[in-house]
Amino acid sequence: MLAVYVILDGYDFGAGIIHLFFAKTEKDKKAITNAIGPFWDANEVWLIAAGGVLFFAFPTLYASSFSGFYLPLIMILWLLIFRAIGLELRGQIHNRMWESVWDKAFGLASLLLALFFGIALGNVVRGVNLGMVANGVSTQEAHYFFLPLWNPTFSPQTEHLGIIDWFTLLLGIIGVVALSIHGANWIIFKTNSDLNAKLKKVIFNLNFVLLALVIISLLVWHIIEPKPFHNFIKSPLLWIFPLITFTGLFGLFKVKSFKKDGLGFLFSSLFLFGGLTSTVASIFPKVLPSSNTVNPSLTLYNVAAEEYGLSVGVYWFAIAIVLVAIYMVIQYKVFKGKMDDVGYGEH
Amino acid sequence: MLFYDRMQFAFTITFHYLFPQLTMGLSLIIVYFKGNFLRTKLEKYNDAAKFWMRIFALNFAMGVVTGIPMEFQFGTNWAKFSELTGGIIGQTLAMEGMFSFFLESSFLGLFLFGEKLLGHKLHFITGFLVFLGSWASGFLIIATHSWMQHPVGYEILENGKFVLNNFGALFSNIWLWPSYLHNQAASLVTASFVVAAIGAFYILNNKHSEFGKLFVKTGVVFGLISSVIVAFPTGDMAAKNVVKHQPVTFAAMEGIFETEVGGSEIILIGQPNVLEKKLDNKIAVPNILSFLTYQKWEAEIKGLNEFDEKIYPTNIPGLYYAYHIMVGLGTIFIGLMLIAAVQLFRKKLYKTKWILWSLLFMLPFPYIANTTGWYTAELGRQPWLVYNLLRTTAGASPTVSSGNTLFTLLGFIGLYLLLGLLFLMLVGKIINKGPQIIKH
Repeated sequence: MLAVYVILDGYDFGAGIIHLFFAKTEKDKKAITNAIGPFWDANEVWLIAAGGVLFFAFPTLYASSFSGFYLPLIMILWLLIFRAIGLELRGQIHNRMWESVWDKAFGLASLLLALFFGIALGNVVRGVNLGMVANGVSTQEAHYFFLPLWNPTFSPQTEHLGIIDWFTLLLGIIGVVALSIHGANWIIFKTNSDLNAKLKKVIFNLNFVLLALVIISLLVWHIIEPKPFHNFIKSPLLWIFPLITFTGLFGLFKVKSFKKDGLGFLFSSLFLFGGLTSTVASIFPKVLPSSNTVNPSLTLYNVAAEEYGLSVGVYWFAIAIVLVAIYMVIQYKVFKGKMDDVGYGEH
Repeated sequence: MLFYDRMQFAFTITFHYLFPQLTMGLSLIIVYFKGNFLRTKLEKYNDAAKFWMRIFALNFAMGVVTGIPMEFQFGTNWAKFSELTGGIIGQTLAMEGMFSFFLESSFLGLFLFGEKLLGHKLHFITGFLVFLGSWASGFLIIATHSWMQHPVGYEILENGKFVLNNFGALFSNIWLWPSYLHNQAASLVTASFVVAAIGAFYILNNKHSEFGKLFVKTGVVFGLISSVIVAFPTGDMAAKNVVKHQPVTFAAMEGIFETEVGGSEIILIGQPNVLEKKLDNKIAVPNILSFLTYQKWEAEIKGLNEFDEKIYPTNIPGLYYAYHIMVGLGTIFIGLMLIAAVQLFRKKLYKTKWILWSLLFMLPFPYIANTTGWYTAELGRQPWLVYNLLRTTAGASPTVSSGNTLFTLLGFIGLYLLLGLLFLMLVGKIINKGPQIIKH
């Protein structure tokens, strides 16, 4: 569900970043808000729903990670609010000052959200100081922790970790670049704006940056996780996920010659999906690694709810997912094709 | 530490619930307008539906953006509570996301932008689905709330975790249905009063007065019915649950410090003096409370003196005032709506200026009544998170320091202040513009 969220709301964040840096004229801006306007709200629901499912299926993980990542999570909430009001309020009053304030709010919030979600992924890979061990002794229950936003050294390998260090920041920047590409692809897919030709060049150039960043991250990965390929060697089928990632990444180099406008979006979705699943496959069954040797990592098995609750959950979840699929089909059918004339935000 | 956690939850939930309490009730009134348009083909009903849709959309957006922090705070600020009970309350909260939020968010877009695309009948259906989604959301939240007030279908493991052993019990909880219906009726009270107040404003201001009359009429009819239902049977049933299962809460709500022989009086006014365990300056009517509670004038109602102080509600004066403000306002609502309905029936309402002014000035009070109603329920549950089983002190996040919580609380206060100002500005703009004039 989180992967779906990243792919769906990811294009909204990306569109916001593009909006911030590349949309110069009123027409460009209209095109971008039209392309995401009717969807962002439903996309955000995936985050709420994923949070809810995490809550009931893995209560311990929910409790541990939400309290441990307290500050960045609350800030993500604030940014989501700014993103939403930026998008919704802009068109309410026709005044240049009003519009430019909300343009910036929408764009900056989107940029920071992309950065924060990348950093979040970095934290999950790197692990946290579970039990808040100091001098070899736990000062909290074994599955609780708390991270400040950063520590003065910005190092991912000290005892006193921070949310932001050079490794998580690297993943944050990958998040920004990847989602910018993803958002640009969505805009090309859903509009006929004048911006599209320019965006193809942007995607092409950003893709080199992305490739470089991905290679750097793979090179430094072993510093964080000594045996990143352990799971892949044990079950070679898992190689499918990195394969998907690189199909997406290399596919995007051909962006200038795509005949169909939706193809770019497909490839960037593949990259995001592959990247996330490869990461999960690499640390599996860990869901939140421990950075110390005193307390064990949180794994899928030690954080799950009790069996009866989970088995009832599976039933209603199956029903709900079918319903959600139906709603999405209806929604995307009604708002299919190019969205240039939706007139979003002008009610 | 606990103090800031509680303040943050209280502040964010109070602000959040200003919006859903309107949208749940208003969605029903919009569906009514749209349905009337389909039946009568009179344009004014469609225009009325469209006007209230604009107000609905703004409130809905506010409800969504302020609602997400609510779900997150269970984990961020109440980690221990989430860890211990997540297997149960996580169910209903996750179901809310999966069943109602997806329904609402998918069809709201269609409802707001799809009138031309869909035609009136399908448009009506999308409106109905939005209504259904918002009422389902309320249901699942109150199912969660009811479990905390009156836990059912669970067992407690050795490590202190609550695990579910009966899914159906969550929905047949005796606490659930009275609370749900009470709350939905109260939401309809807010919506009706808002519709009537805007209508009164248009009539008194002599602007859009045709719509003003329609709004006042609709608001008064819905308002009278819902105000009565809030009190009887739903409020009565909810209160009887409290007497039976949380007698100490009931005593504190009513301000009864001592058990009274020969039947308890009902307190109308008075200030609780917790130190001396009595009520100062009270005005009370003998035996009425016993009659209302047990339908017997002489029935005994336990006073606070019968209970251990360790299980007293943490904030007795707050609970007492919240409850009395809610009941007092609820009574005034029934009175005003009854008078307005009589004048409406006599076809004199639109000329009776003092009633129109009263309807206009009554606008904030249903919000206050709804909020104090929730304070009654929540303060009444203290000092417990799960009644009689898990104390609030045992539920907060163990690793989040008070400095961090105060930081985010201040951030929320600032941000919500901004949101509130923007909201008032925009809603004022919509009301000032008014419903569209019918074009021929």
